[in-house]
Amino acid sequence: MNIEYYIVLSIALFCIGIAGVLTRRNAIIIFMCIELMLNAVNLLLVAFSKMHHLKGVATNPNAGIDGQLFVFFIMVVAAAEVSVGLAIIVMMYRNVHSVDVNFLNRLKH
Amino acid sequence: MSISEILFYFLSVLALGSALMVVISRNPVHSVLWLIVTFFAISGHYIMMNAQFLGIVNLIVYAGAIMVLFLFVIMLMNLNAETEPKKNKWLRMAGIVAGGCLLLVMVAALKDAEVKRSVVQLKDGNIGLIKQLGETLFTDYVVPFEISSVLFLSAMVGTVVIGKKAD
Repeated sequence: MNIEYYIVLSIALFCIGIAGVLTRRNAIIIFMCIELMLNAVNLLLVAFSKMHHLKGVATNPNAGIDGQLFVFFIMVVAAAEVSVGLAIIVMMYRNVHSVDVNFLNRLKH
Repeated sequence: MSISEILFYFLSVLALGSALMVVISRNPVHSVLWLIVTFFAISGHYIMMNAQFLGIVNLIVYAGAIMVLFLFVIMLMNLNAETEPKKNKWLRMAGIVAGGCLLLVMVAALKDAEVKRSVVQLKDGNIGLIKQLGETLFTDYVVPFEISSVLFLSAMVGTVVIGKKAD
């Protein structure tokens, strides 16, 4: 498959995530849309890593491996982010009995 | 049409359709389940691109652990379609238009990029195997690896501190 198919697929997934963040008000769904965007980026990183591997494999057998390691680190950071974020959402729910992000308006005053 | 193209289109349609259903569905539990389908499709893409380790890790970490965490929190809060916050129709329309415009602009900007000659192929190269990845991870990337373990530890402590009932 040509690389541009993967680029278009990743952009489409990313934009679905953006639209979800902009249209939904449930804090958990917004979180899930952020996961969706992270996964779109991961997919693109893997595709580019594969492309660079095919290009540079003659000189370096490990060409393009950095992209896959970045995906690994993105997964690590995303897992840490999810644990902290869900704890914050649970705390917010305990205080206001809702996960509507509009309640966060009160941070303004 | 070769088998890899058929697989690619099938997985892409699956990923995009279930990602759309994540955003559209009213019930948060259904959103989580559709997101799991999306992760399965993305893992299929990884395996098609010979990134077997990442594919399996994606299944175990995302579809397994993180989504269970989401589902657990949603069920703990007893969220369903009735408790879904109501939203202004125009605001929702504006969000969809903004997302669509971003898609249009990015596709148009990358359409003529000089990447067309390079292809992603099946059954070529073995950098996605755990042996190569592990060797690179523990030689060139050992410092970020250790730092990420510290990050995990601090996230864990922070979660416990936040989740603890204040008294």
